[in-house]
Amino acid sequence: MRARFEIQLEKLNQGVTEMGALVEEALEHAIDALVHENREVAEKNIEFDREIDQKMKEIETLCLKLLLSQQPVARDLRLISAVLKMVSDLERIGDQCADISEIVLTFPADSEKGLELKYIPLMADATRKMVTESVDAFVKKDLELAKAVCEYDDVVDDLFDSVRRNLITAIRENMENGEKIIDILMIAKYFERIGDHAVNVAKWVIFSITGERNGCGYIGHDEDMKGK
Amino acid sequence: MTAKINIKNMNLFYTQFQALKNVNLDIEKNEITAFIGPSGCGKSTLLKSLNRMNDLIEGCRIEGEILLDGQNIYGKIDVNALRKRVGMVFQKPNPFPMSIYENVAYGPKTHGIRSKVKLDEIVETSLKNAAIWDELKDRLKKNALSLSGGQQQRLCVARALAVEPEVLLMDEPTSALDPISTAKIEDLVLELKKKYTIVIVTHNMQQATRISDKTAFFLLGEMIEFNETETLFSIPKDKRTEDYITGRFG
Repeated sequence: MRARFEIQLEKLNQGVTEMGALVEEALEHAIDALVHENREVAEKNIEFDREIDQKMKEIETLCLKLLLSQQPVARDLRLISAVLKMVSDLERIGDQCADISEIVLTFPADSEKGLELKYIPLMADATRKMVTESVDAFVKKDLELAKAVCEYDDVVDDLFDSVRRNLITAIRENMENGEKIIDILMIAKYFERIGDHAVNVAKWVIFSITGERNGCGYIGHDEDMKGK
Repeated sequence: MTAKINIKNMNLFYTQFQALKNVNLDIEKNEITAFIGPSGCGKSTLLKSLNRMNDLIEGCRIEGEILLDGQNIYGKIDVNALRKRVGMVFQKPNPFPMSIYENVAYGPKTHGIRSKVKLDEIVETSLKNAAIWDELKDRLKKNALSLSGGQQQRLCVARALAVEPEVLLMDEPTSALDPISTAKIEDLVLELKKKYTIVIVTHNMQQATRISDKTAFFLLGEMIEFNETETLFSIPKDKRTEDYITGRFG
C-alpha cells in the first residue's frame, strides 16, 4: 500500500542522513581549522556551508511536496513535520561551523598557538558526538540515543564554563592575547550553541517517534491551533 | 461534558452475521463525532442504529443498549418520536419530487402542524439554518429536483432540521458533492453543532480532521479506537488505527 509514498519517505530519510553527514563534515573541518589554525581549511569550510544550505532546501521542498500530495497523518505527519524542523537546526550548525572558520581567518598569523585552547578540543569532541548521535538517532529511530543526546548537553555546558574560566585566567596572565582570547570565547559559545541545536534535533527525533513535544503535549493540542 | 447518547455493550446481527461487536461509546452533546473505517466495518450500521433505521431490515437483531438522554431507544418508545428527535441526512441527496417549500414543510405537517404562518416560519428558519435561504428564498415553489447536488443536500439538511431534532446523523453527506459544495456542508455542520449533536460517517479522513471533535475507528464490526480527533490522527494508540489512517491497511 502507498508504495510511492513509502519510496518518497525513504528518500526523505536519505536526505536527512546526507545532510547530517555534511554537517558532521563541516564540524570536522571547523575543528581542524581551529586546532591547527589552518586557513585553507577554514576558507573551504565557509564555502562548504552552501552545500548544506542547498541540501536543506531540497529536503524542505520534498517535505512540502509530501504534505501537499499525501496529506499525511499520524507517524507520517510527525516524521515530515519533525524533519522540517530538524533541517533548520542542522543548517544552523552548518552556519556556526562557517562562523568558527571565519574567526580562525581573523587570527593574527604570528599569534601564539595552542595556549588558550585547553578545553576547546574537548568541547569540539563533545559537540561532534552530540551531532553524530542526534543524526544516528534519527536514522535508527533510536529513542534512547535521542534522550542520551539531550542529557549530554550538560557536559558541553560544563565545558563552556571551564573554557570561560580558563580564558579569564589567561587574559589576566597575558593581556597581549586579549583579542584572540575573546575570539576563542566566541568560538566556545558557537560550540555550546551547536550542542543546543543537536539537542533540538534529538527532541524532534523523540517527537517523531512518540508524539511528545518537550513533555508538554503534542501536535494539535494547543487551543489556538484548533481553529474551530 | 454531557453524553447525549450512550451506547452500551451493543451487538448487532443480520441473521447469523454479527455486524457490530460489543460497542461501547458515549456521544457528547453539541459535539461532532465522526465514525471512520473501511467499507463493511459497521460504521453506517451503528449510525442507523441510533434512530432505529435498522428496524426496517429483516433479520436484524440488537443486543445491549443505546440510551438517548438516559432512555433506552430499544425499549418501549415511539419510534416516530425517536426519529423526530434523531434526524438523518444520507449519502446521496434525496429530496422529495415536490417543491422546495413542500420538502421542508413535509416533516412538520406529518407531525400535525397545519398553520400556514407557522409552516412559513419553519421553512424560512430551517433553510436559514441550513445556509441555503438566500439562494432559494425567491424560488420556493420550484421543484427541488431542479437544484444542484450541493443545494439538494443542504435542502435535505433543512428538511431534517424542520422537525427540530436534537441529534443529526449524517451518512457520508458530502461523498457525492464537489469540493465547493463539500466546503459549504462542512461549514454548515460546524455551525449546526452549536444547537445539535452530530454524528457523521465519512470516508474522507481529512474531513473528519477538519470538522469532528471526536473520532471512532471501526474495523470488522469492532470499535478499535475512540479519541479526540486530533489525538487519534496524530498519535493513534492502536496499530490497526495507524495502519488505516496512514493508508497502510490491508
